[in-house]
Amino acid sequence: MGDVITGLGFDVLWKGSNWLRLLGGLLTALEISLFSVLISLAAGSLLGVLMSLNKKAIDIFSKLYLEIIRIMPQMVLLFIVYFGAARAWGLNFSPETASVIVFSLWGTAEMSDLVRGSLQSIPKAQYESSAALGMSTAKTYIYVIIPQMIRRTLPGTINLITRMIKTTSLVMMIGIVEVLKVGQQIIEANRKSSPNAAFGVFATIFLLYFLACWPISCLSRYLEKKAV
Amino acid sequence: MDTEAIREYLPRFAEAFLLTVRIGWMGIGLSLVIGIAGAFILHYRVPVLKGLTKGYIELFRNTPLLVQLFFIYFGLPKLGVMISPEVCGFVGLGLLGGSYMAESFRSGLEAVPGIQSESALSLGMNRRQIFFYVVLPQAFAVSSPSVVANVIFLLKETSVFSAISLMDLMFTAKDLIGLYYRTTECLTLLVVFYVIMLLPVSIVGRVLEKKVRSGYSHG
Repeated sequence: MGDVITGLGFDVLWKGSNWLRLLGGLLTALEISLFSVLISLAAGSLLGVLMSLNKKAIDIFSKLYLEIIRIMPQMVLLFIVYFGAARAWGLNFSPETASVIVFSLWGTAEMSDLVRGSLQSIPKAQYESSAALGMSTAKTYIYVIIPQMIRRTLPGTINLITRMIKTTSLVMMIGIVEVLKVGQQIIEANRKSSPNAAFGVFATIFLLYFLACWPISCLSRYLEKKAV
Repeated sequence: MDTEAIREYLPRFAEAFLLTVRIGWMGIGLSLVIGIAGAFILHYRVPVLKGLTKGYIELFRNTPLLVQLFFIYFGLPKLGVMISPEVCGFVGLGLLGGSYMAESFRSGLEAVPGIQSESALSLGMNRRQIFFYVVLPQAFAVSSPSVVANVIFLLKETSVFSAISLMDLMFTAKDLIGLYYRTTECLTLLVVFYVIMLLPVSIVGRVLEKKVRSGYSHG
């Protein structure tokens, strides 16, 4: 057993503080996801509500915004914000800031579509009944519409969190030292003593990402079943 | 914007575009095959294989393509599995896509009413005929919008190929920016080529979705 672990390069994980470093790298990526998700939730909900109002100017803007963000790979957006903004307007974002900007822009687009969809799926009778009961617009939203909206958007929102976590793995491409980069460093440092470290380290990272996303996916699926 | 530079870079971008599109669509082809096989196994509850398929789908749906590619390209050679970056991109995209396609096709299969299979059976068709001539075409129609959504997703995912030193669009853009520092021109070309790659599929997807919604699947 011990030979197999060493042979497959899993042994490097127990050298020094490698486990901690690897987990620290994962945490860096998760932190960026967390910030981006929080911004997306707030901005996306707001935009989604605005989109459901059927105002022409908002519709044109939101359609354009959604189309542009959704057709571009996040990697391209990352390059545009990180390299392009510096060149075009002299805006020098740190890689972390650039990532949060890009993932928030993307998350906001996805979130707003979820919110819009759920708002439009709520029957008009709900608004009319509330009005007939003498509720103000604010009260209608707070007590009738928003509680239903939250229930309908919850599975999609939680799904968005796993998508965000998976997408943040891209940040290594603009130089953030996250889990993949730490993995590469560990492999490089142990090239001589553990030539097979690449297998052990990348298999571990594979598993770490799975362990980070899978429970959230299960929760999303559970809520979806409950909502139906 | 320097049009001279753009003209100069265009051939390199065109070459990278063709490579990206080729490996992207080959990967999508593989993902369709894996997806149909996986959906078949899940729908007909094939023993043993069903558990494996479920595990595979969960594993690949809950990990990023970049991590999958690193594992396949840098990790597997240590076990003696050596593959070129091109094959790695193709296989990686196919495996990622297969897990998504399997889910799409499975829900398509579930949407076909049981009476369809029963009627086909009473007409004397065998199981293979029922699957290929009765169930699958209807399942395809139902799942087509989500399949196209997966295709768009997978084409976008090709942008991480540069991490395993495939000379794709991202790689070319990064390379040229590093060499000549013509950032604006390179990024513009990058965006234009991705739009060329994705816009037609996106339009097809919207048309399909409208058709399915308007009851095409019940026709």
